[in-house]
Amino acid sequence: MANKYPSFSSPAIDQVGVEERAARFQKRSIKKASKIQALKLALSMVDLTTLEGADTPGKVQQLCQKAMHPHLGYPGLPTTAAVCVYPTMVGVAKNLVKDSGVKVAAVATAFPSGQAPRDIKIRDTKYAVNEGADEVDMVISRGKFLSGEHEYVYDEIAAIKDACGKARLKVILETGELGTLDNIRRASDIAILAGADFIKTSTGKISPAATMPVTLVMLEAIRDYYFKTGTMIGMKPAGGIRTAKQAIHYLVMVRETLGQAWLSNEWFRFGASSLANDLILQLVKQRDGMYGSMDYISKD
Amino acid sequence: MAKKNTSSPTLNFATDWVYTPSPESTGHVEIKKQYDLFINGETVKPTSKKYFNTINPATGEVLSKIAEANEKDVDRAVKAARSAYENVWSKMPAKERGKYIYRIARLIQERAKEFAVIETLDGGKPIRESRDIDIPLAAAHFFYYAGWADKLQYAFPNAQIKPLGVAGQVIPWNFPLLMAAWKIAPALATGNTVVIKPAETTSLTALKLAELIQDAGLPPGVVNIVTGAGATGAAIVNHPDVDKIAFTGSTGVGKIIQRSIAGTDKKVTLELGGKAANIILEDAPIDQAVEGIINGIYFNQGHVCCAGSRLFVQESVAEEVIHKLKTRMETLIVGDPLDKNTDIGAINSQNQLKTINEYINIGKAEGAEFFQPSCALPKNGGFWCKPTLFTNTAQSHRIVQEEIFGPVLAVQTIRTVEEALTKANNTPYGLSAGVWTDKGSKIFRMTRKLKAGVIWANTFNKFDPAAPFGGFKESGFGREGGMAGLAAYLNVNG
Repeated sequence: MANKYPSFSSPAIDQVGVEERAARFQKRSIKKASKIQALKLALSMVDLTTLEGADTPGKVQQLCQKAMHPHLGYPGLPTTAAVCVYPTMVGVAKNLVKDSGVKVAAVATAFPSGQAPRDIKIRDTKYAVNEGADEVDMVISRGKFLSGEHEYVYDEIAAIKDACGKARLKVILETGELGTLDNIRRASDIAILAGADFIKTSTGKISPAATMPVTLVMLEAIRDYYFKTGTMIGMKPAGGIRTAKQAIHYLVMVRETLGQAWLSNEWFRFGASSLANDLILQLVKQRDGMYGSMDYISKD
Repeated sequence: MAKKNTSSPTLNFATDWVYTPSPESTGHVEIKKQYDLFINGETVKPTSKKYFNTINPATGEVLSKIAEANEKDVDRAVKAARSAYENVWSKMPAKERGKYIYRIARLIQERAKEFAVIETLDGGKPIRESRDIDIPLAAAHFFYYAGWADKLQYAFPNAQIKPLGVAGQVIPWNFPLLMAAWKIAPALATGNTVVIKPAETTSLTALKLAELIQDAGLPPGVVNIVTGAGATGAAIVNHPDVDKIAFTGSTGVGKIIQRSIAGTDKKVTLELGGKAANIILEDAPIDQAVEGIINGIYFNQGHVCCAGSRLFVQESVAEEVIHKLKTRMETLIVGDPLDKNTDIGAINSQNQLKTINEYINIGKAEGAEFFQPSCALPKNGGFWCKPTLFTNTAQSHRIVQEEIFGPVLAVQTIRTVEEALTKANNTPYGLSAGVWTDKGSKIFRMTRKLKAGVIWANTFNKFDPAAPFGGFKESGFGREGGMAGLAAYLNVNG
């Protein structure tokens, strides 16, 4: 009987080397025109997120307004890529963002822990998709991964991908729980093979969330898959990216690891809530030559 | 949903988003129109009244005029060093000596930015490297050896130790200030005085160091800086009243020096050339290894004695490694050394560029497969060379045997660890080597068998003042750095 699983062999990762390479990207000096371009690009890549137990339709409505109009005081800004909400809020969001170009992403599969039976997770996903979600951000079963049940993890991702239908699937690895960069690479490879459209670092609910070394390892997994198959996979670091400076470092890393094709919100996203306002602040500063008051930038 | 590319997938690094030039400012930097010699604590005109130009290799513009010291000047310098040794430095309590060295370290730190800019202007290396590596390491060497000044007895317990006296030092153009630090700091810490000659294409940071030494109040004659070319260096080496010679440079000149001092009682240490093997095994972390290869040969334009210029990659992973290497080379930026985003700066001199290009032609003529990335080169009067790769090479190729001292990597495949060891050691040089594998037992085995003074495992080109540096065979002898670096400057009895 043929083995129904692809080979899950992943390369060894040297942590010291990864950290050095990640640090090197941060030495790039992005100024003037290239800085403005980067700030706008980053803004267009933000998945504006609210994932609180206390979320209400009112909260989500205001988030959507911000996503569509990040800052009226700077004409020509892009909308954010998406809003990211719990499945129960997808309907509200979808109704508001309509044809603005902003996508609605829903977390699903018993987010954030993922500790629930398979059928519940599938139902969670189908509910979100029926409500109108364009994208689904699922979580992998970290416990299963760490106890070596890689085939279970693979099957689960494949099942959720199936339940997604036309919606794009982002697979959250929760890198902060995986321990080593070798594990992160292996989880990335499994997710890609199982059908992920995007691989994503974190739920944002634990620390550490996204870091540059972790993101680099995942970008390299994407690159190797592209070399092998010609198929592109998207990447989303989430959590912990609060400043424009950090976002620009990530863009440098994407540019120098994957190049032109990934420098768009179709293939790269920032999972962030407060990043957007720092991007806006820096854009205004570049235009006006000085920092204005934060009171001019809306907090939604 | 996922985009498919049916031909062999390549990545496109010619992105719409490009980095705007980000040059380091030079307005705060002071370079005099002309520099004289620094002897006995003051600036002194050269006896010959001759000066030579020093240029910026990125633009060709003349930066300054440098004095040419002849035998008479060298004699003056040695006399000043001898007098300072006999009358001041050897009588000073060790702890006080340490304070002067510490003061020099602090001043280098305070003036770091100016030194970094001048180093880049004079030598062509990227500002990112002079700012982040050269200048901090130079200060670190002075800090490190300042601490040893009054603790020498701990390095040589139960022995009688005495400084040698006057040290004559000749340094190269690839890390001008750093090489000056490597020479001066241990010499001073051990109680010697110094006559030092920087390389003729890169004298400026040494001359700025002279000004700094004056500001530090170092007693006159303890450090003397005489500028000039080969003849000036020979005058130092041949001077009868120099007790110790320390030289870093080519193996060829190292041999000349060996011959010159034969029959004298001068002590000598030589740090010469290299043709280091960088060995990638199949169980190496490949992406990090590729970065290590890049760092090993393209750091400082490959003007590094310990550069990893011979790549050995296990045949089972060769295709992947070479593919990733070429991909990574496409993101290297060759450009204005003052631009903070430049990865590879200017070649140090016209002569060196000529030598490198000759070797590139030799490599092509020998039948090796040539590759350079598609990056643009600056279109001005500077000396530029793209990072270069030769694959399908063998030990019998000249580009594999001879030191090129430029951004040119020769790649060979190997099948086993044994073969890697044999070929890595199959060279007259023995300065450094690198080993890349995820398996600890292989690291232990290979680092014991490789005949090289400095061996890196899963990294490359890492330096620290506490770590001894030096080679075997024709890469020279003696060690600089660490406790081992003290012995070269002392007479140790018992």
